[in-house]
Amino acid sequence: MRFTQDHEWVALDGDIATVGITSYAAEQLGDVVFVEIPEVGKTLSQGDGMAVVESVKAASDVYAPVSGEVVEANAALGDAPETVNAEPQGNGWFAKIRISDPSQVEALMDQAAYDAFLASL
Amino acid sequence: MRYLPLTPDDRAEMLGVIGAGSIDELFVDVPAAARRDGFVDLPMFAGEMEVERELAALAARNVSAGSAPFFCGAGAYRHHVPASVDHLIQRSEFLTSYTPYQPEIAQGTLQVLFEFQTQVAALTGMEVANASLYDGSTACAESVMMAQRVTRRERAVLSGGLHPHYVATTETLARAEGMDVVHLAAAIDGEDAVIAAIDAHTACVVVQTPNVFGTVTDVSRIAAAAQAAGALLIVVTTEAVSFGLLRSPGEMGADIVVAEGQSIGNALNFGGPYVGLFACREKFLRQAPGRLCGETVDAEGRRGFVLTLSTREQHIRRDKATSNICTNSGLCALAFSIHMSLLGEVGLRRLAALNHQRAREVKAALTGIKGVEILTPRFFNELTVRLAKPAAEVVEALARKGVLGGVPYSRLAPNAGLDDILLIAATETVTAEDIAALKTALTEVMA
Amino acid sequence: MSMMNTVGRPTAPVAASDHIPATLTGGRGLLQDEALIFELGGWDKTGVDLPEATDADDCLSGLLRDSPIGLPGLSEPEAVRHYVRLSQKNHAIDLALYPLGSCTMKHNPRLNEKVARLAGFADLHPLQPVSTVQGALALIDRLAHWLKTLTGMPAVAMTPKAGAHGELCGLLTIKAAHEAAGQGHRKTVLVPTSAHGTNPATAAFVGYSVTEIAQTADGRVDLADLEARLGDHVAAIMVTNPNTCGLFERDIIDIARLTHAAGAYFYCDGANFNAIVGRVRPGDLGVDAMHINLHKTFSTPHGGGGPGAGPVVLSAALAPFAPAPWVVHGAEGLELLEEAVGEAGAAFGRMSAFHGQMGMFVRAYAYMRSHGADGLRQVAEDAVLNANYIKACLSDLMSPAFPDGPCMHEALFDDAWLEGTGITTLDFAKAMIDEGFHPMTMYFPLVVHGAMLIEPTETESRGELDRFIHALRVLARAAKAGEAERFKGAPFHAPLRRLDETLAARKPKLRWRPEAKAPRAGQ
Repeated sequence: MRFTQDHEWVALDGDIATVGITSYAAEQLGDVVFVEIPEVGKTLSQGDGMAVVESVKAASDVYAPVSGEVVEANAALGDAPETVNAEPQGNGWFAKIRISDPSQVEALMDQAAYDAFLASL
Repeated sequence: MRYLPLTPDDRAEMLGVIGAGSIDELFVDVPAAARRDGFVDLPMFAGEMEVERELAALAARNVSAGSAPFFCGAGAYRHHVPASVDHLIQRSEFLTSYTPYQPEIAQGTLQVLFEFQTQVAALTGMEVANASLYDGSTACAESVMMAQRVTRRERAVLSGGLHPHYVATTETLARAEGMDVVHLAAAIDGEDAVIAAIDAHTACVVVQTPNVFGTVTDVSRIAAAAQAAGALLIVVTTEAVSFGLLRSPGEMGADIVVAEGQSIGNALNFGGPYVGLFACREKFLRQAPGRLCGETVDAEGRRGFVLTLSTREQHIRRDKATSNICTNSGLCALAFSIHMSLLGEVGLRRLAALNHQRAREVKAALTGIKGVEILTPRFFNELTVRLAKPAAEVVEALARKGVLGGVPYSRLAPNAGLDDILLIAATETVTAEDIAALKTALTEVMA
Repeated sequence: MSMMNTVGRPTAPVAASDHIPATLTGGRGLLQDEALIFELGGWDKTGVDLPEATDADDCLSGLLRDSPIGLPGLSEPEAVRHYVRLSQKNHAIDLALYPLGSCTMKHNPRLNEKVARLAGFADLHPLQPVSTVQGALALIDRLAHWLKTLTGMPAVAMTPKAGAHGELCGLLTIKAAHEAAGQGHRKTVLVPTSAHGTNPATAAFVGYSVTEIAQTADGRVDLADLEARLGDHVAAIMVTNPNTCGLFERDIIDIARLTHAAGAYFYCDGANFNAIVGRVRPGDLGVDAMHINLHKTFSTPHGGGGPGAGPVVLSAALAPFAPAPWVVHGAEGLELLEEAVGEAGAAFGRMSAFHGQMGMFVRAYAYMRSHGADGLRQVAEDAVLNANYIKACLSDLMSPAFPDGPCMHEALFDDAWLEGTGITTLDFAKAMIDEGFHPMTMYFPLVVHGAMLIEPTETESRGELDRFIHALRVLARAAKAGEAERFKGAPFHAPLRRLDETLAARKPKLRWRPEAKAPRAGQ
């Protein structure tokens, strides 16, 4: 798993990247009440707005950690947004992206680097 | 000064506690050039008696609607509001409370909003309603903005029967957002004409029923055409009492319903404050403007109500909000809800039937008057007549005879070329004597 | 001695035990619980006596409602009980000091309610012939005169229905002015980081992109940052003065000068006008447009969330673009200009139907006449005095966000003083409820951590101020002493405990439905 400084994670399987927000982000947000997931088929560049996560008191933009085409979005979050709090780095995933540039993934932080980054905040 | 509790001694002591020598020291940051000693062009303070005298004198220079036979409508309607409504809204806890951001100590306001939302959804035949907007015209504008967000299309088509003030308000907002607004030519009975104007870029069509000319329309055909093209149907109603007699916009296929709620619980007030009703399909809820009140439980499992889905709103979403709205029309919504609770379905149906009956009586009285042609094919409580003289002149002449005989369409749209059109409304407050007076006066004026 | 009343009974309380039994029905003395009208039944009931009507016209066949609406009715006694019981669950200005910063919760004079209800104002249709409403137009005209004179501005747009609506009006006017001058390429609005959410929301609504201006360490607009960000692409700045931190922008004249030099307009959010009314005219500070919240500075009631009114005073440059309608002096009396023609040809359009919030105009005018120019000046002075008094009396226990120098009409604290206690601003606010006070504004402005913004207004007596200060002092000491339970679980004594806002947002239930079974108190 790789991580961005905006607290998104990427899990790569072949050329499909599953993405979501990290446990740290989910905890900071508090109870998630709604997730605006991206449309399947949408093309994203790294850093584009990909999704919006809403808690009761805040709405946070989630940015695409990698460029590519959205091939699947986690519609189950519609009925169960609390999954993002329960399993942010598992069943609480937001979207699967067919990546266009594998080097983007390699350039992201690994677990150790992300843990160090969190410690510095 | 009766509203300022501090005494000179209080002020002196408090300055001492603060450690300031004078009140001016607390204003030290004001640039010297901007400090003012006083205002020569404004009077000094006045006691209650004097203020009341001035206000009463101003009020006395107006001809109140209740003091004459009265037939004005065109978006604001004179109805009888039971005495208990105004009494209840003046209770301290309703009148002087704030937006219910601290729900534990605002359950009065919040429960009323929940009841109000339920009433509005039921009346409009829609799945969900919000806690009110400023008025019908801004609600109409907001609904068009919402259609743009939902469909991601840029074109709005407004019918020829939509109230001209609503058209203007919608145009102001929609054009600021870069939308293309098409307003069809004024037509007594032309809501269906929007169908021909629907294309692949149309975000919404906006129709009004009863429309500004009083005509009632079955909008189901329009709903089907809009939905087939992926556009939203927005239905506008300016006379909320009509919900008691007519098939609801929701039943006819509306996606969004906006209405002016003034008719229920609220006085004419020379145009404001009023209360905008807003209802829509549940699937569009997250794109809806305005406040929403929802049910929940407290820490002890007791039912309670809170403002919810606030992340759409300005104080959280800031530049990505669904609207910039900060207030609803709280006290007016409360008045609406109290009056609606007193009426109940039974009372509203009866009230609506009475309104329609009065309009039929007006129609009968005006039929046959020389120079007066009744145009409205299907009406609720408002009729359109064509006059053989300019309607504005006729209205002035009627006023000189002590009759407030309606609203000339030219007052709403001076450039529409419909100067001979008069809009006449008749609510339950109209008596047989009033109708007789209108008939007599109009006959004389048109002779 | 004759023994006339032999019914013996104790007339002083007997020694009470410590045990307070819960009530059997859930009722608590004067505080009644209350069901929804839909649970009170009455589906076939009405509380309004109306005569029967004849059948509908044939022309309406096919258009008549043939399915039930599904709404109950209540008799008058039931309705009065229902709403009086509900009202008991609300806090209100009429109960205690309501310290909501930036809301100006001052007393709502009852004279205003009386005159607003005169038939000559309340029973007036907006589209009656103008000759029959000269008194109403005169009132609007007089109110407009007061607003212009108090602010030192030559024009005012009266129709916006709320503060945010006024902001919209102001920005639309500015947009129209730029377009008329061939400056339509200006697409950016600058807004301080401390701005109220309506500012960027309104700018975005009008089609502008929003850029933030930094704040200095002493809570003001960073002049250097502003200057760096101004340019040919900027249409306007939106600044609140006094700002949302409760501080007067000392550099306001420079802010205006720089903005104008860059060809942009200065929009001022007038929410905090209560601090300076009668002492300072925004027009003298270089403001081009400013909305005035009549429901804040000029006492019209908050009504549980509205209605408000937000007239916008305008500079000479912006005046031609103000929206219809206007009250003007004609040959035969006052007239209503309702179309953008002739001298009003540059108007950007209409903000709403009809002519504005007349009901609020009457109230605000009565308020202004009651105070007069001298009274209004006293209003600002007492408002500022009261806020500084509270700040001075709490600064030893709580941490003012900007301790140096006076504040204006509101005092801002951050949550530094709560550090290490585990108690948040929210917890502290909820504990205030138990002590009888509505919480202050929390977490706004966003630029201060755990913000607590206290605005007492001028209509508080010394006694009420001291009562409030005492409550906050004892609570602050309790927080610092680690009495976490008092705060974490608060409120305990309000009609309800803390509510589950997560549940409300995850499973929105926005209306009553027949199948829902709601828990009734005591069952």
